[in-house]
Amino acid sequence: MKRIYMIEDVCIGCHLCEVACITEHSQSKNPVKAFLHEENRPISRCTVEEWDGGVVSFSTTCRHCDEPDCLRACISGAIQKNDSGVVRIDTEQCVGCWSCVMACPYGAVQRNLKKKKANKCDLCPDRTSPACVDACPNRALVYKEGSQK
Amino acid sequence: MLYKSVTESFNEFIIDRNDATCIRCKVCVRQCAYEVHAYEATADALTEDNTLCIGCRRCSALCPTGAITIRSNEEVFKRNESWSNAHIRNLYAQADTGGILLAAMGNPAKYPIYWDHMLLDASQVTNPSIDPLREPMELRTYLGKKPHSIEVVRDEQTGKPKLATKLTPQIKMEYPFIFSAMSYGALNLNAHKAMAMAAKELGTLYNTGEGGLHRDLYQYGSNVMVQVASGRFGVSEAYLNAGVAIEIKVGQGAKPGIGGHLPGEKVNDQISETRMIPAGADAISPAPHHDIYSIEDLRQLIFALKEATNYTKPVSVKIAAVHHVAAIASGVARAGADIITIDGFRGGTGAAPQVIRDNVGIPMELALAAVDARLRDEGIRNQVSIVVGGGVRSSGDAIKAIALGADAINMGTSTLLALGCTLCQRCYTGKCPWGITTNTPYLAKRLNPELGAERLVNLVHAWGHEMKEILGGMGLNALESLRGNRYKLRALGLTEKDMNILGVMPAGE
Repeated sequence: MKRIYMIEDVCIGCHLCEVACITEHSQSKNPVKAFLHEENRPISRCTVEEWDGGVVSFSTTCRHCDEPDCLRACISGAIQKNDSGVVRIDTEQCVGCWSCVMACPYGAVQRNLKKKKANKCDLCPDRTSPACVDACPNRALVYKEGSQK
Repeated sequence: MLYKSVTESFNEFIIDRNDATCIRCKVCVRQCAYEVHAYEATADALTEDNTLCIGCRRCSALCPTGAITIRSNEEVFKRNESWSNAHIRNLYAQADTGGILLAAMGNPAKYPIYWDHMLLDASQVTNPSIDPLREPMELRTYLGKKPHSIEVVRDEQTGKPKLATKLTPQIKMEYPFIFSAMSYGALNLNAHKAMAMAAKELGTLYNTGEGGLHRDLYQYGSNVMVQVASGRFGVSEAYLNAGVAIEIKVGQGAKPGIGGHLPGEKVNDQISETRMIPAGADAISPAPHHDIYSIEDLRQLIFALKEATNYTKPVSVKIAAVHHVAAIASGVARAGADIITIDGFRGGTGAAPQVIRDNVGIPMELALAAVDARLRDEGIRNQVSIVVGGGVRSSGDAIKAIALGADAINMGTSTLLALGCTLCQRCYTGKCPWGITTNTPYLAKRLNPELGAERLVNLVHAWGHEMKEILGGMGLNALESLRGNRYKLRALGLTEKDMNILGVMPAGE
């Protein structure tokens, strides 16, 4: 299946992937409205990790594992893997126990504390390629076929 | 402004931030290499220090909501035709510091641009034009010494004609473009990787500049021209043999008569290893080659390099376009060079004294015409290929250069622009916001070599397509047919003397 890969050497730490993720998961899908006017701004599904003052940086995101630990840990059946291999979370079913957050070896499941729901990358079902990948100005995120590693 | 000198307060740029669309994502804060933007958490607001802005436009380009506009500061000094704002600013800066003003990139001053005064011909009725989409068109270029005459014999085995004359080494290029000499150190490894990868894909050359060739780039050898300059940085037997040609750099268009100075802060471990100098030490290229004080001395170096490479590589000599360029070029050709590279006064630099950049040298158009004419008059034009650089902005300029007599074009500023440069002219600070002329790891990552190479390949393809269209329109099917064919050029708005030097007739004649 197609997954998002980060290329650490050319990640410039601009955090535009996060901006795009929040925008894509907002009601309006417009950055100004999403950040300034909408209630319940979504939280980003990708996180830019930085060390050494930004000399090392990369965007972490869900690997959509073949055998997802988050899915196994989910107590309510909210996390499911569909036929094409995409691991998604049904927020209606999520009870906010954070078991998936603890189980994920990549730290790719976030807690939306306001909504008390877990949050994770859904590979942007409304787009042909994920928002973070399209927003990266330096091609440090690539969407291509490959394994979870 | 508080804690700023009066001079600093006369800032050149103003940042307009639209608060209604600013989403406080702080991309501008992270991306500005000059620390112009700041986020005030208590007020949840972004602020800017306009006095630090260099006008690179990195922030406005990356702002996801387009909330930032950089504009020039309309607040100017009282209008004065003699004392421009730039003159006043520069004078203040020197009164503050007592130093030589540094500048970067090519001469930006308002001198005539001869490309804009020359027009190309096209076929009508009496001679057919050619459609480059249907007919083969050739841009292939060979650099190197051409023999005075050739002897062709019949091959006994195949019965086909065969060249009996033994040719000196030639470089075959699919496009008449070379990514110009910009040293490793002035540019970072990502920029060099991008140029090397693009040159390989295009079947053309990338010039290393004077900073040696990084070990990772030896694999691109068949598309590399290595440079030997007055500092001899990174020169070894392996280096000389690594590429397909060697260039002796005598001068540079942006700073004729001036050496180079790479500040120690830019010399990191890898540059130190490649240049063969201690890390953190200033890399100083002397103004002259201390072993070249005459054409005879130049000849010794040319042949020393040829000996070192067993006469397998053509040797180029790069000179800046100065007053006696034609006579100098004649001497260079007679000294045994295979290629003469002429760098016009609009050629770029990473750092040069501003007064030199803006006032020394002559336009490449005139220098090229003068050199080509002189070498023809002396009957030695075939002994050298001419490569020109410094001020070629488009395929139109490039094809005019070919018609004036150039064999190939050096792409310097255009290469940087394709890599993302916005000509802010601050290369010498080592803080290039686009990650090109910086060795700071945090900034250098901004140039993705793969992306850069793609853009360079696209640019050369685009120029190639345009050149083929122009050639077809003139009824020519090979660039070789246009080389030195000044009959295909006409001048518009030039003096009689200019036209004499350019060897071009006025439009209408």
